[in-house]
Amino acid sequence: MDFQVVVLAGGFSKTLVPLVSKEVPKALLPVANRPVLSYVLELLEQNNLKDLIVVVESESAALLIGGWISSAYVDRLHVEVAAVPEEIGTAGALRAIDHHLTASDILVVSGDLVCDVPPGVVAATHRRHDAVVTAMLCSNPVSGSTESGSSGVKDKAKKRYNIIGLDPTKQFLLHVAAGVEVEKDVRVQKSILRAVGQMDIRADLMDAHMYAFKRSVLQEVLNQKEAFQSLRRDVLPYLVRSQLRSELLLNGVQSEENGNDKDASQNPKIVLSQLLANASTPSFHELHALGPNGFSLSPRKTHKCCVYIASNSNYCVRLNTIQAFSDINRDVIGDASHLSGYSFSAQNNIIDPSAVLGSKTTVGPQCMLGEGSQMGDKCSVKKSVIGRHCRIGSNVKIVNSIVMNHVTIGDGCSIQGSVVCSNVQLLERVVLKDCQVGAGFVVTAGSEHKGESLAKKEK
Amino acid sequence: METRRVPRAVSDPKVRQVGFFAPGAPPDRSQSGPPHPASSSPPVSEISPSGNSLSPVMIPPPRHLSADLARGPHFSPAAPLSPMRAARDSIPVGSYNPSEFVAPTASEFTDDALSPNWTARRSNSGKFASSLPAGGFDMSSLKQNNFPASSLTTVSIVNMPPGITEKDGGAGVEVQKERSKTGSKASLKPLKEQTTKAERRAIQEAQRAAKAATKGDGSKTPAASSGLGSSANANPGKAAKASPQKKDNSPVAASEKRGSDRPQDKDRKKDVPHPRMQFDDKSRVEKAKKRSVVKQTEAKNRVELFRHLPQYEHGTRLPELESKLFQLDPVHPAVYKVGLRYLAGDISGGNARCIAMLQAFQESIKDYSTPPEKALIRDLTSKINSYVSFLIECRPLSISMGNAIRFLKSKIAKLSLALSESEAKAILLSDIDRFINEKIILADKVIVRHAVTKIRDGDVLLTYGSSSAVELLLIHAHELGKNFRVVVVDSRPKLEGKLLLRRLVGKGISCTYTHINAVSYIMHEVTRVFLGASSVLSNGTVYSRVGTACVAMVAHQFRVPVLICCEAYKFHERVQLDSICSNELGDPDMIAKVPGRKEIDSLDDWANSDNLQLLNLIYDATPSDYVSMIITDYGMIPPTSVPVIVREYRREHLWT
Repeated sequence: MDFQVVVLAGGFSKTLVPLVSKEVPKALLPVANRPVLSYVLELLEQNNLKDLIVVVESESAALLIGGWISSAYVDRLHVEVAAVPEEIGTAGALRAIDHHLTASDILVVSGDLVCDVPPGVVAATHRRHDAVVTAMLCSNPVSGSTESGSSGVKDKAKKRYNIIGLDPTKQFLLHVAAGVEVEKDVRVQKSILRAVGQMDIRADLMDAHMYAFKRSVLQEVLNQKEAFQSLRRDVLPYLVRSQLRSELLLNGVQSEENGNDKDASQNPKIVLSQLLANASTPSFHELHALGPNGFSLSPRKTHKCCVYIASNSNYCVRLNTIQAFSDINRDVIGDASHLSGYSFSAQNNIIDPSAVLGSKTTVGPQCMLGEGSQMGDKCSVKKSVIGRHCRIGSNVKIVNSIVMNHVTIGDGCSIQGSVVCSNVQLLERVVLKDCQVGAGFVVTAGSEHKGESLAKKEK
Repeated sequence: METRRVPRAVSDPKVRQVGFFAPGAPPDRSQSGPPHPASSSPPVSEISPSGNSLSPVMIPPPRHLSADLARGPHFSPAAPLSPMRAARDSIPVGSYNPSEFVAPTASEFTDDALSPNWTARRSNSGKFASSLPAGGFDMSSLKQNNFPASSLTTVSIVNMPPGITEKDGGAGVEVQKERSKTGSKASLKPLKEQTTKAERRAIQEAQRAAKAATKGDGSKTPAASSGLGSSANANPGKAAKASPQKKDNSPVAASEKRGSDRPQDKDRKKDVPHPRMQFDDKSRVEKAKKRSVVKQTEAKNRVELFRHLPQYEHGTRLPELESKLFQLDPVHPAVYKVGLRYLAGDISGGNARCIAMLQAFQESIKDYSTPPEKALIRDLTSKINSYVSFLIECRPLSISMGNAIRFLKSKIAKLSLALSESEAKAILLSDIDRFINEKIILADKVIVRHAVTKIRDGDVLLTYGSSSAVELLLIHAHELGKNFRVVVVDSRPKLEGKLLLRRLVGKGISCTYTHINAVSYIMHEVTRVFLGASSVLSNGTVYSRVGTACVAMVAHQFRVPVLICCEAYKFHERVQLDSICSNELGDPDMIAKVPGRKEIDSLDDWANSDNLQLLNLIYDATPSDYVSMIITDYGMIPPTSVPVIVREYRREHLWT
């Protein structure tokens, strides 16, 4: 279908410290004991998109991610990994791999997207309207767990809303503003508003970071606007802003032709294109291009920015905050279990056969216990994910938490709403509530933490 | 598309041609012998006898070859990370022990990049049939590739043999090194032989698997058609959907995928749905559903009289098709786009749809290359057939499109076998261009030139809907300085007249706009009625946008001449007396809902009520009695002369 797929896998995201460490880049954070990147890759694989370019920030992360992909997707996907410098931004990352882009349209997917919306819909919308960019929007995720709200992280997440303007048919993007810029007022372009007549302004939509770009346009914008760093903050708003006074050389050949043939207005090609244009219902772009009386000698150049709005029945969340991380983990083994790819037991949980449970230990529904993990007696696990090869003592309570791999938990610990990274040691009687424990950290016996972020000092 | 109908002489009793025709009646146009556009019937083989030599063994082309070559030297050769990683398969992926992740970097291996795989394939060629289509591999290794700046590292290749132990890899490296010293070309040869053996074997297995699969399907069909219920019928569709994943589990893994793509392709062209399928025939509908690309949910409460026409729940089809974008390999993107736009209603109007389709076909022919051991004529025809069946699923073809497809196919069939591929393609492309120019654009010009003589100063012209020919006519007459007024009659739900009105007013023509309810009132002042047509049938019936018949009848009653502007390529030899037996049903929601007026949406949940049926007809048939004159590119003719045009000019122009 002449689409090229670029997966932006990020690097060592700052917002996700302490979950992200030198050994675990953002893309490899486990969601239900699988790296989050695998959800995107599997979604693409299901849709028969098997030639991918994965762009990773920093060399070391690229090595890790490349290593993981090659072990997990041998024989299934044709993946190329490109390493780009850190802090280059999403636009910068695409700029760096510019010369590898050859297909007529580029599908850009964020590596931290966990969703079940087939990318085909975005691509199809893109093709149907011949748009320069098509973005996928989804409704804002309901943040925070139902019980024991982790208030520590919540206010951070609250700021992240976007103001998005749509035309009445909900097909075209008229206005984009990120949450931070909206503090004072929203400025809407008059020309767009005049052309469309009506604009729906929504604040309940989230940019899912799945875009289809026309390659020529993307490359042109990236090359001309050197300062552009981010697709979402710079490139997309730019394209949306300039949609009625396009400076882009859209299908450059054609416009040239039209220019040459202007004098010979009886040219069959023009008649043909006019005939086709007349047959289709014009969008506001075309009406605007033709001018107020439906006819002007030099049509204004326009381009289209489309959206696809995922329906509420689809699951679509990005893993970009710690809160989102625990939300996604909870959902994937809970509400959105079809994404996990595991088969659930009758008790609605997943316990690896090699896991060992002590006597009187209960594992509730919506839980997951990785292979080789051992639990002592009288433990209780609710709505939590426990990784591989964990050793958990007796009398441990784990609720609403994520415990990664090779974690040792001493007797009598209580963990609630927390994230415990790999190789962490919790000594006896540790009480954690709404905490994040970075990899390799040792929590001293008997200590109590609430809403803290514990990590080793970076050397 | 309606070739299948018996093109009877008009003198036959008319009544007999109205009913529901049995499909497959032989066309009596044997001397021109075009292949049936959408049928798999034997005539195809008449055209290219050489096609019979098609060998049963189809060797899949190297899969990544083109991709790798196209990307050129930017890409490093496939770096052999995977054998190394695979050796450590036991390492849990999620365990982030740094020491385990000291992954073998690509740069370590650039020199002897592929050797482990090569040797592995050599020794186990039978076993690793899956390594088969990795042709791109061999090529990329021949090039001495260095890493350019900011290069991509291939970390995973689709068809790499899994599970090579590290030892194998290491040995392979050495062997390869030695060999490369002695001469790389010599070392290549035995390898290739080996792979072809493996290929053959894989293909055999794949074919066996495919056969078994089709058998399984076949055994299901009687059960399905005997009415086991929808659940049984849903299964095959689901299986087809899930097939990409399922295939991986089968013993022949990757190679089977390639192998079975072909049989599917074949099946597709055989199963091009009958263009005039009777949709009240349940078993046929079920069969058609199974092979259809677009999942189609039949609308529930359909009007009794129109049960034989396809009607789907419109809301469900577009998203379904959209989500499958990447799974529809055989459909060319351009064709796909056109289909999508038909389905979404972005393109309408006979000429525009026809041109859009032809242009999409042009694109696909440009990108077409004949697979090895196939004849262009046969393969391209089957390709076009599959495109056509896809388009039919999106929206039933118009008669103009059917004629254009017939034209294209006859052109393909007439290509001489001696032509090279590029020559043949160039001929076809220019043929299509010629068709568009001569049959549509020039024809419109001629029609306009004829028709403009019928416009006098002071005339009040009435037109209905939006016809491209009539629009050109009005604009041309205005440019000539004629002094006239236009009445644009429109109707819900499409309100196409509004667009026409907008353009006419933009040109400075004075217009009156009204809806069809008021046509009898406005007809008093009208002096001429100009109408467009989707088709003109050989008994003079004008098949056009619904409402045309009403306008023509009112005009007839008021003794206002009715002039039909229609290009001759839209003429059809079929005879039709009513608009029931052949028509198209639109989205019933369109008439149930009034956009922008929530307060009168009383039919909101009409689908839930069993005793309410909505009918949104697209076309109607205007009897020739109400038509004064048909203006076509061959001149102005009475409706009774249509068969002459169909008979004489069709043969001369369309089939040569």
